[in-house]
Amino acid sequence: MPTAARAAYDKLIFELSSAGRYAHSLPECDVPEADPAAHVPAAHLRRSPAELPEVSEVDVIRHYSRLSQMNYGVDTNFYPLGSCTMKYNPRINEDMARLPGFLRLHPLTPEAQSQGALQLMFELARDLAEISGMDEVSLQPAAGAQGEFAGVLMIRAWHLSRGERRSKVLIPDSAHGTNPASTALAGFSVVQLRSDDNGEVDPADLERHLDESVAAFMITQPNTLGLFESRIHQITEMCHAKGVQVYMDGANFNAILGITRPGDLGFDVCHFNLHKTFTTPHGGGGPGAGPVGIKSHLAPFLPTPVVVRKDAGGYALDGNRPQSIGKLQAFWGNFGMLVRAYAYIRTMGPDGLRSVSDNAVLNANYILKRLEGDYDRATQGPCMHECVLSARRQKKLGVSAMDIAKRLLDLGFYAPTTYFPLIIEEALMIEPTETESKETLDQFCDAMIQIAREAESDPHIAHAAPVTTPVRRLDQTLAARQPRLRWTPS
Amino acid sequence: MRYISNTPAQQKEMLGVIGATSIEDLLVRIPAKARLSRPLNLPSAMAEMDLVRHLRGIAAQNASAEDFACFLGAGSYDHSVPSPINHLISRGEFFTAYTPYQPEASQGTLRSIFEYQTMIAELTGMDVANASLYDGGSSLAEGVLMAHAVTGRDGIVLSRGVNPLYRQVVETYVEGPSLRITSAPLADGITDGDALKKAVTEKTAAVVVQYPNFFGCLEDVKGAAEVAHAAGALLIVVADPVNLGLLEPPGALGADLVVGEGQGLGVPMSFGGPNLGVFAAKQELVRRMPGRLVGATVDLDGRRGFVLTLQTREQHIRREKATSNICTNVALCALMATIYVSIMGKRGIRKVGELSVAKAHYAATAFSKVPGVRLRFGSPFFKEFTLQLPKAPDRVVKRLAKERILAGLPLKPFDRQYKDCLLVAVTEKRTRDEIDAYAAALAVAVA
Repeated sequence: MPTAARAAYDKLIFELSSAGRYAHSLPECDVPEADPAAHVPAAHLRRSPAELPEVSEVDVIRHYSRLSQMNYGVDTNFYPLGSCTMKYNPRINEDMARLPGFLRLHPLTPEAQSQGALQLMFELARDLAEISGMDEVSLQPAAGAQGEFAGVLMIRAWHLSRGERRSKVLIPDSAHGTNPASTALAGFSVVQLRSDDNGEVDPADLERHLDESVAAFMITQPNTLGLFESRIHQITEMCHAKGVQVYMDGANFNAILGITRPGDLGFDVCHFNLHKTFTTPHGGGGPGAGPVGIKSHLAPFLPTPVVVRKDAGGYALDGNRPQSIGKLQAFWGNFGMLVRAYAYIRTMGPDGLRSVSDNAVLNANYILKRLEGDYDRATQGPCMHECVLSARRQKKLGVSAMDIAKRLLDLGFYAPTTYFPLIIEEALMIEPTETESKETLDQFCDAMIQIAREAESDPHIAHAAPVTTPVRRLDQTLAARQPRLRWTPS
Repeated sequence: MRYISNTPAQQKEMLGVIGATSIEDLLVRIPAKARLSRPLNLPSAMAEMDLVRHLRGIAAQNASAEDFACFLGAGSYDHSVPSPINHLISRGEFFTAYTPYQPEASQGTLRSIFEYQTMIAELTGMDVANASLYDGGSSLAEGVLMAHAVTGRDGIVLSRGVNPLYRQVVETYVEGPSLRITSAPLADGITDGDALKKAVTEKTAAVVVQYPNFFGCLEDVKGAAEVAHAAGALLIVVADPVNLGLLEPPGALGADLVVGEGQGLGVPMSFGGPNLGVFAAKQELVRRMPGRLVGATVDLDGRRGFVLTLQTREQHIRREKATSNICTNVALCALMATIYVSIMGKRGIRKVGELSVAKAHYAATAFSKVPGVRLRFGSPFFKEFTLQLPKAPDRVVKRLAKERILAGLPLKPFDRQYKDCLLVAVTEKRTRDEIDAYAAALAVAVA
């Protein structure tokens, strides 16, 4: 059993504060009247200062460096987190997003002075359209969930433009939680469809649910069990025959680059997660970017403004779209993420992108093969870019999927996604990505096999895990029953 | 191939273990008619040095605040970004980490969010803040939806002083639940109190004012709170937290929700994104809040630790009944803000406000001395103000761009009644020399 090597550090920045200490460097006022009371009526001025830390610059550097050491990142640990595509984040992308011409550009800079930014957005949208087989792409959504929201709103607007008020959206029970949440936000009721044993859509069940009250069918391709929906043409044709639009959750796009394209499969809408497939970093929870692609019949409804190339040359933000669903954020999208994705696509080229998916699929199947003796497979046959295992065998010995996840932390790996998809008992969803080597995969598989053996010999090891992390298992119930959501002086 | 680790020999070896002869064998479930039969039509791969040359060329076509004196605002500001921020957020342990769902391996992110929540609560004068939303516009939209959920009412009264770009985002978000938006007009640049009273009814879920508002003017937040509360509605205040080191916090003036854009707290402008959606509320509303929340707890040994909490509000648990669809937020931007506030500290953040206010008022005085130029409104303002010009503002902007000055935002596209107006922002970064040069160029441009 590993020995506890927990960091002793347990400070919050507020607890380093000492009255009168400071880290800021601000100039003396170079205009005549510095006193705010000379400019702003007293009633508007703060009566007592905000209680903020008073620390030195070295305090700040050391504190946040130490906090960072309490995290697992892709840079420090293998991150086999299914559905999240935790691949390597190239450093050159970071450098490019920090070019002053991008980083310090104000969003309302006149068009003539922001041609470079608009060109980059235009080209990225065009590239994503080619990669997906869609006709147009909006870069505005800030994340996948906002891309879904935009897509469903465009579908709603399209139906309304045809004089149809459809009220329902069909979503499989294996879907990501954002799918039903975004759909409800757009004003639809959600009808959940049951998946078959392979997690695939059952066309007969779909047929029973398709009628004129259904606006859209929303599915993930490949699905959340890591399988390609092989009857996809049949599904999209059935939907279209009933006037139902088909939405693809593009969270799993890493499996299909250059192999197949949603637009060619009959999808009307699909979103991208640039923070998954296109290497923009996850940042501990964001920012991401969730561009949404559509077929031409939905183009009048795209979020405004749309980046266009002008006939006379140059690029413009076109806000004159009377049927648009409107704006999703104040400005044009998470531009910094768009620069990173652009740099990645240019770095990889068409052959490189194809190789990404080939190797992502190879790595997932390799893990599946190496672990299928010790864990139950959720599906049969080869998988795409991720595989789903069940820990039901270990659960019978008293070791749950969560215990396995925690034990992996002690063995130096981040955990797979657990208990998702919801339809698989004790699910362990593993996505290695193409950026990992066989050596890393072997180390991970060895650890997984070791945990399976330990479950048989000494379940307590997994129950006690983790012991090498800065804290051990945390009391979630206490956190929720007596929420303490901010620091207060003790 | 760059960024792909396996060698051809390893690929072969792995296929052997799997029992496949080629990667094609693994793709058997994809029907032939679904396969793309040609390579993607994209430019071929670029070496790093070529990519750098290419992107530098594109970036050079932009007039950034690096080379131009930036007087643009309207929701994105050229505030100073202290050096340690970029160094710290560039640590791979921060920026390559996932959402902290495994708390034992994510204490760094969780602690920094807990600090962020505390700082935002302090600045806004509210009880609780969430871990961030996308930007100011979507934060306001989420606030409006939350007010609808809390009150069960369908009416939203939005002051004309709210950033029109945010209004457009709200209009998108209220499409689903079919909420009705009515506008409260302005009188001399701030919300007209009498008109607001008339607009608010027993069907009003929320009153929304911005402080300072889109035109730069300081609203009577207390008055708006009284009107909202008398009708049983919530008061939502849109505020920029970097101003709240100096301004009275909306929480002390009666706000039930404070939302807004936190980009001014050390987040680069980056052509408008990623930004930082701020969201803070009164304690009793916490279980209806959108987005992630970090709470303090203890581990098995009784040590202090932090977790994502009250997750039954969120989409991954509650699905279509969640309080919001948000999943990915802007955690790294929240970290920038946390480091920024730590560096500025109690006194520095006030000083940023003081410098911005002093320079903005110096600029407003200097610019309105130019013949034909005047301040459009008489109400007190903060770091932003609205000029009325004797010549078309977009032509003035074009003229000043030649002097490497980004003069401000012409307001004609937002409202024709302001077709002769220019919105000007002045942060602590603008120097007296830049302001004087602007005044001189303005005099030439409108002569």
